[in-house]
Amino acid sequence: MKICFTAKGATLDSLSEDRFGRAPYFIIVETGDGSFEAIPNPYADGAGGVGPKAAQILIAHGVKALISGQVGGNARDVLITAGIEMFTYSAGGSVQDAVDKFNKNTLIRS
Amino acid sequence: MKLAIASGKGGTGKSMVAANLAFTLSRTEQVTLVDCDVEEPNLHLFFPTPAIVTEVTVPVPVVDENTCQHCGLCSEFCQYGAMTVLPDRVLFFPELCHSCGGCMLVCPNEAIHEEPKRIGTVAISSPLPNLKLISGMLDTGNPHAVPVIRAAKQEAAGDPIVICDSSPGTSCPVVETLDGCDACILVTESTPFGLHDLRLAVDVARRLGVPAGIVINRSDGKDQATLEFCKDSGVEVLMTIPFNRDIAAIQSRGDLLCQVQPTWQNAFNALFIRCRALGGGN
Repeated sequence: MKICFTAKGATLDSLSEDRFGRAPYFIIVETGDGSFEAIPNPYADGAGGVGPKAAQILIAHGVKALISGQVGGNARDVLITAGIEMFTYSAGGSVQDAVDKFNKNTLIRS
Repeated sequence: MKLAIASGKGGTGKSMVAANLAFTLSRTEQVTLVDCDVEEPNLHLFFPTPAIVTEVTVPVPVVDENTCQHCGLCSEFCQYGAMTVLPDRVLFFPELCHSCGGCMLVCPNEAIHEEPKRIGTVAISSPLPNLKLISGMLDTGNPHAVPVIRAAKQEAAGDPIVICDSSPGTSCPVVETLDGCDACILVTESTPFGLHDLRLAVDVARRLGVPAGIVINRSDGKDQATLEFCKDSGVEVLMTIPFNRDIAAIQSRGDLLCQVQPTWQNAFNALFIRCRALGGGN
């Protein structure tokens, strides 16, 4: 299963990013084998409407769950409709820390 | 002559200057006053008269889900993220839509048509024999002020003297108000905040090619920094209104300075003559 983490950089050591639509990178982790792919967010500096556009990136990549600090209303509507689950991680740690907490089932569904 | 009244900083006295200028000019000429501060119009408070109200609408797309193939071209085209195409349905976010019509044009299946959506109103009244007041009002919760401003200005098209009272700031609503005007008055106050925002407003007017002059309101006589800025940037100070309790009391009652103290009409007539000169005599 593919899960997406919002990040400030392109690696698992990067700090997690609280914002969804304006996150610099989406790090998509394959839970089966732990492999990951970093996708630069083309809408990070967009003027507006970035939430729904960012959500479409996740849909296009077949992501099933999103781990981020906060997800805006429009993006949330898209993600719910697309059946993508959302979990809150806003501890300010690395992406790896978020991955670990997700695997331990300690993140709260949002 | 189309004249805009803007400020940068809010609360400097735009509406006070606009209302008194329109009142004074209407004693001798036909004047149209347009309240372009559509998020918070207030000129009707100075001129309470029954008005004819019409709706302002913008076209928004409606997707026929039976015809739509969910190809995603509309979503790719939309720069505002208003269209999100999922494998089996389309989500539309009306508050993000700028009514450009592009989604309808790029749809290869003709699955999109447009329907009008109400975003505000324009109220037109005749509070004085020679004065026409046009008030744009954006509906609560709607983010797009510009189409309402455009509709309000359109009602004044062809009128001989048009005074457009802007919202504060320097963003899209102000740009839309200034667009097409022959000159603009920037109302400021001699505070650091007033001067800071005046600099921005002068820059906006300059970039739009609208000649600007300054009115210093609530002057306590210590206007040196503002005067120096005006001198350095080559903008004329058209008028100075003193910081005065009587003026404040008149204003706070919703009365017009030029009606209560008619000698002020001379100053506002002179202000308009200077604005005309600024606008190249239009």
